[in-house]
Amino acid sequence: MNDNSVQLADTETRLELYRLMQACRMMEQRAYELFMQNLVKGTTHLALGQEAVAAGFGAAMREDDYTFCTYRGHNHTLVRGVSITSILGELMGRECGLLRGKGGSMHLMSMQHGVLGSYAIVGAHMPIAAGAALSAQYRNSGQVAVCFFGDGTTNIGAFHEALNFSAIWKLPVVYVCENNLYMEYTPIGEVTAVKNPAADRAASYGLEPILIDGNDVDLVYSTATQALKKARDGGGPSLVECQTYRHGGHSRADPGKYRPQEELAAWLERDPIKLYRKKLLDAGVDASELDAIDKQTEARVDKAEQTARSSPPPPVEIADTDVWSDGSSTWRN
Amino acid sequence: MAELSFREAVAAGIAQEMRRDDSVIFIGEDVAAAGGVFKTTEGLQAEFGALRVRDTPISEQAIVGAAMGAAMTGLRPIAEIMFSDFFAVCWDIAANQIAKTRFMSDGQCSFPLVLRCANGGGVRFGAQHSQSVENWAMAVPGLKVVAPSTPADVKGLLAAAIRDPDPVLFFEQKSLYGTRGEVPDDEHVETLGEARVLREGGDATIVALAAMVPKAYRAAELLESEHRISVTVIDLRSLVPLDTATIFENVSKTGRLVTVEENPRLCGWGAEVSSLVAEELFWDLEGPIVRVTTPHVPLPAADALEDSVIPSVERIVDAVVKLVD
Repeated sequence: MNDNSVQLADTETRLELYRLMQACRMMEQRAYELFMQNLVKGTTHLALGQEAVAAGFGAAMREDDYTFCTYRGHNHTLVRGVSITSILGELMGRECGLLRGKGGSMHLMSMQHGVLGSYAIVGAHMPIAAGAALSAQYRNSGQVAVCFFGDGTTNIGAFHEALNFSAIWKLPVVYVCENNLYMEYTPIGEVTAVKNPAADRAASYGLEPILIDGNDVDLVYSTATQALKKARDGGGPSLVECQTYRHGGHSRADPGKYRPQEELAAWLERDPIKLYRKKLLDAGVDASELDAIDKQTEARVDKAEQTARSSPPPPVEIADTDVWSDGSSTWRN
Repeated sequence: MAELSFREAVAAGIAQEMRRDDSVIFIGEDVAAAGGVFKTTEGLQAEFGALRVRDTPISEQAIVGAAMGAAMTGLRPIAEIMFSDFFAVCWDIAANQIAKTRFMSDGQCSFPLVLRCANGGGVRFGAQHSQSVENWAMAVPGLKVVAPSTPADVKGLLAAAIRDPDPVLFFEQKSLYGTRGEVPDDEHVETLGEARVLREGGDATIVALAAMVPKAYRAAELLESEHRISVTVIDLRSLVPLDTATIFENVSKTGRLVTVEENPRLCGWGAEVSSLVAEELFWDLEGPIVRVTTPHVPLPAADALEDSVIPSVERIVDAVVKLVD
């Protein structure tokens, strides 16, 4: 697949893709600033630079489709319609947080938006996504599960179990590898037997290798649309490898110094938002329209930050609730 | 009432629930066409079809993960882990994902699923196919832990586990599969978290689980006939929820507590029961709490060796005699 085969979406959709990417970018930049002010505790795994994957898939998904993501899942959650306030609030451990502080940065989840969770053990969510797809297939609901993961995940057992499992039963699931070239701190190529960690494994499960530029949001969107359609039509799973790059380190404790300066500079030039802005301008979109989106998005993030800052910490009583479905944590009579 | 084996009661319990609820599905290795390696699930695929009763690859993470994903999207999956020892290769999904996600999500979702397994020793399978791992599960907040000792309870507790809105690990003690007992023909559903008092005595209370229950009961008969010691025997049936009320009521009557556990000694379920009794019932005790357990060793394979480590009727009798005398 290459750029020439991309069926460009209509302008409204393309502006939405731009809007989604910019919302991801500005929200995560703000999360980073809040971290530096010690208002976000623990850790955060930012996906700055990888926004095109979340935005492209998010825009292509049906409202009742399922998203499964990793601890680097703020953006995948946001693009399904979850509010910036509830995401920043969760990172800050506030009452207004998506999970009222019970999950934190690595566990964002919103069932009502189809975000069936962010999973912090590498690979765990891949078989879980297969199960949601199995359920959709059994209920004949037409829903598709989309499961995002990093290149490092391709070397853990759950990846292989989930792909085989999904392939044998033709489950409606799309597995999306965001290959940002590093598994945490180590170049993925140094620890992987194949060049393209996901695409080169596709054949093992009878799947077509799909390798795309994950910084080209038009291409991500059209690839997503095709894979979702295939899954919905009973054609079974897809494995999509999106080549991308994270602008920062693995987590907030990591400055990312192990990456060559030239490599970082080259990828910063290939910033998906910068590229898309130019592309839209070339396509005749007025700069003022994009500027307006930028401004509106910044205002949304400002407002979300203010709301989250003024939100109290969650009541401590909730630490003892909802272990069980009756709302309690009771294990004895 | 019909007399069924423990293994037949498994299929009876699953079938009862699959007939009443289309959202119940069942997956596992060799469970469908072959009817299970322990022949516990024979006839289910024939009755319910290949979409509801499915053979999986040897992929325990995928099996348990799929059960989780299905449970959070409207189904009530039952998954079989062939031997409980294999939980070690998918414990992340059970202990980190299934057990914690409801809590972490501030109660947004539930996981009505059952993970069945063959648990425990007594059949000479050696250290990796004989462990009693119910105490692993008991240590994780968010998992319910059930272990029946009779065919009737297999059907009734399995039905209750399938209907329960929360994840249940269901431990079938494999040395009991051939045992037989009366099982209600009609719909039979027990309640999770209720222990059963099998007999009452005045001198001590024995609390046992799964395969240790018939041994404790036999020990009680011998204590009565040969030592004039009368003991209460409680079949715990469920570790989480734990029926502390029944334990406390009976220990306060007899003043003495003996737990009989197949799990290895350290952090076995009896340690928790003992600690609860010591904390809350100390002044009712007339002697030390005694735990009869498998020693803290892996299970050996040979008949003589395995029999020497798993609690026996004789060891239970000896422990009670020593305590009461």
